[in-house]
Amino acid sequence: MSKSTKVRVYVSLKNGVLDPQGRAIHHAIEGLGFSGVQDVRAGRLIELEVDESVTDAALDEMAAKLLANQVIENYRIERVAA
Amino acid sequence: MSSFRSAVITFPGSNCDRDMAVAIEDVCGGPVHRVWHGDATLPEGLDFIALPGGFSYGDYLRSGAMAARSPVMRAVVEAAARGVTVLGVCNGFQVLTEAGLLPGALMRNAGIRFVCRDVALTVANAHSRFTSDYSEGQRITIPVAHHDGNYFADDATLDRLEGEGLVAFRYAEDVNGSSRNIAGVLNAAGNVLGMMPHPERMIEPAHGGSDGRALFTSVVRGLVAA
Repeated sequence: MSKSTKVRVYVSLKNGVLDPQGRAIHHAIEGLGFSGVQDVRAGRLIELEVDESVTDAALDEMAAKLLANQVIENYRIERVAA
Repeated sequence: MSSFRSAVITFPGSNCDRDMAVAIEDVCGGPVHRVWHGDATLPEGLDFIALPGGFSYGDYLRSGAMAARSPVMRAVVEAAARGVTVLGVCNGFQVLTEAGLLPGALMRNAGIRFVCRDVALTVANAHSRFTSDYSEGQRITIPVAHHDGNYFADDATLDRLEGEGLVAFRYAEDVNGSSRNIAGVLNAAGNVLGMMPHPERMIEPAHGGSDGRALFTSVVRGLVAA
């Protein structure tokens, strides 16, 4: 079995795109009595286990084609050190 | 005319596919082919393809995201490029945006809640092949039932859609936070329509109204004229 590495793809809403879920979470935080939270944005973390042969270019293509919808979302790819 | 040939696509989690097929059969005539998402090809000689509402793939990742990458969608994209009339309702609209057949995206409703009720729409463009049996500015009532119906596109895209008459329907009042109250959009070629409201649920008086019927008669009339 070939060695695998962990990759994290962070997907977040673009600036300027209203985030109803983030806003609801913010209200819930305040409802619990916490103060001082100025803004909440909700995103998504996707973890992949990939063969060493998977290139950065291929990961970028996966994110661009499927993991993020670039009309509304940005993504950031991070290879996690073993 | 020769018989109207249509297909309704069923994805795992579609739940309005039968309603859609019944509406098409009733208003447009048959045969209505039922096509499974895993099929790589569509029946020959289709006039009309409908993507129904539902929760395809459990809305995993994003509503419509998985369905848009299913085998049958490659065939739908090719058919759309050849000019076949394609309608996506609710989840079908989400699938069309995810597949890149329509601009923009459908986000979580601004009010967070699932909205399930009749809404008033205005017909923004009565010259398309989906809307020619309506009149411009006509107010109609069609039900919505969705959680992710908040239409978003950047301002340049919205300006282009409005400038080119590609907004087919607008909500008469704010329903879900959609940009410029857009409820349905056409592609540039005019043969693909996506809309969140469900015209197939307003076909006969027993449904509470029949304002959805004209959409299907428009499609048939467009083919006869073509």
